[in-house]
Amino acid sequence: MDIAQLERISDNSWRIPPSGKMRVPVVIYADHRLITDMDEKVREQAVNVATLPGIVGASYVMPDAHWGYGFPIGGVAAFDAEAGGIVSAGGVGFDVSCGVRTLTTGLPVATVQASKDLLASDLARSIPAGVGSEGKISLSPLEMDAMLVGGAAWAVERGWGLAEDLERIEERGRMAGARPNHVSEHAKRRQRDEMGTLGSGNHYLEVQAIADIFDAAAARAFGLEQGQVVVTIHCGSRGLGHQIGTEFLREMALAAKAFGIELPDRELACAPINSELGQRYLGAMRAAINCALANRQIITQLVRDVFARRLPQADLRLLFDVSHNTCKVERHSVGGVAHALHVHRKGATRAFGPGHPDLPAALEKFGQPVLVGGSMGTESWVLAGMPTGEALSLSSACHGAGRAMSRHQALKRWTGRALVAELAQRGIIIRSPSMRGVAEEAPGAYKDVTSVVNATEQAGLARKVARLSPLIVVKG
Amino acid sequence: MSGHWEHFPHGADIGIRGVGDTPAEAFAQAARAVTAAAADPTTVAAKRSVDIHCTGADLEDLFYTWLNALIWEMSVQRMLFGTFDVTISSGTLHAVAHGEAVSPARHEPAVEVKGATYTALSVRHEGEDWIAECVIDV
Repeated sequence: MDIAQLERISDNSWRIPPSGKMRVPVVIYADHRLITDMDEKVREQAVNVATLPGIVGASYVMPDAHWGYGFPIGGVAAFDAEAGGIVSAGGVGFDVSCGVRTLTTGLPVATVQASKDLLASDLARSIPAGVGSEGKISLSPLEMDAMLVGGAAWAVERGWGLAEDLERIEERGRMAGARPNHVSEHAKRRQRDEMGTLGSGNHYLEVQAIADIFDAAAARAFGLEQGQVVVTIHCGSRGLGHQIGTEFLREMALAAKAFGIELPDRELACAPINSELGQRYLGAMRAAINCALANRQIITQLVRDVFARRLPQADLRLLFDVSHNTCKVERHSVGGVAHALHVHRKGATRAFGPGHPDLPAALEKFGQPVLVGGSMGTESWVLAGMPTGEALSLSSACHGAGRAMSRHQALKRWTGRALVAELAQRGIIIRSPSMRGVAEEAPGAYKDVTSVVNATEQAGLARKVARLSPLIVVKG
Repeated sequence: MSGHWEHFPHGADIGIRGVGDTPAEAFAQAARAVTAAAADPTTVAAKRSVDIHCTGADLEDLFYTWLNALIWEMSVQRMLFGTFDVTISSGTLHAVAHGEAVSPARHEPAVEVKGATYTALSVRHEGEDWIAECVIDV
């Protein structure tokens, strides 16, 4: 990105003042290197978001941002329904509520190392992953609707997980306001056999070692101890979310003119929050959030079942579950006045600071856990929301490393088999049905997650709690 | 130049492009490019066929609708498609997609295609060729 077009606010924040049709400024959080490496398309897309009706505060960009669809991936924007604000299917994206959850195991690394190969094989066999994979669960129409309303709470009621898991999930595991009747039969059909499946692409399940602790008090509260093992799951709302995104994107793009909305990019397809279409999308999108929460909850139980057989001394407890691609109604202070805003986070993580009323009591003092996935073979991070995040980014932070290279370029540079062998030398086991998929997800195709995390902390969005390094990676 | 397909780079996902003498041929070639995002289309045998019909407000809308109808069939039928017979008449597309069930061992599919997007969406006539392209989310 050409920094000549930006105003520098601090070492880790940049601003584009409103001009032309922009209603608010763009604020980008990144250090000098991250921002110079950032795609010019990110600036273009963040500026486009700043032109949308009813936007409040700024069009925010997180340090891991890259070229997305309409919104940049790593984009955050809030809209006021009473000021003609919009909800955007493009602003949420195709993989609604794609997210990450981390489970502590209480096991020392040495215990897992002793049976690492067998554990990797068990996990790869037990958690359906990859194109064409099917779960063991097939939902009837009635159960589908119950799942879309109940989310992770539905899954727990049916035996996938523990009641205490729910308080460690955003929205306590159940997104209110879901309307299964606003979800098409096509979307439901696409999801029918996909519950409890990981998917493919950048989705994964990792067994990780807690390599470093940066905030001892928060780590203790989060159940993280150096030298122990955690399990992290990254996946989303599967076919249902993809289909909802596809259908509403088109409907909103075709309807924009009738709403008098000028779209600088069709992918920003949106509708007024206070419109029939806007409300219908919100009902369907919230159902997709529940689908993602239920899916990660089922996979959690599949993981627990594997550990119960292979390492029965493990005690798998849910640290937290975060969602990335969402639009949620939250209260934020704007100009000193609290407003209910529709906050879009596209490839960004909610990061409530300490004391936020939505946090579970055990975590309230430390801020919301922010789980940041690295690339396969590099590190991941656990951060915690900071009080400063509210004013800076509507309590939002980064979500991952962010791609630095296209899949096309990655394929030219690496082969899956060589990568698997190289990572094995470093003690990391990769299990994937697709060697091409492994090559496309090569660690070198991603940005340096440490730089992203450092910029996130230095900007005041979320602080470092622990660094995780991979032992086993199961990919679709 | 006769019909062909290609990929073009996108930050996180994949750009797909079909080129042909007619919009229908460009759409068919673009569909092969969608398959190629997951697996080599030449490894996909024509064992089963699926009929797809869709309509669009204009050629670009029809292209978006066509690819997403195909992606839905790939997902629900758990199939890959290698060849396509496409006709377009008065804003309506009729297609027969030929393919087979996904075989993880033989096709080694790399990614699941989530949807065709409006990003870089374009259907245009350039010289002798029709070109249909967009970015697909994977």
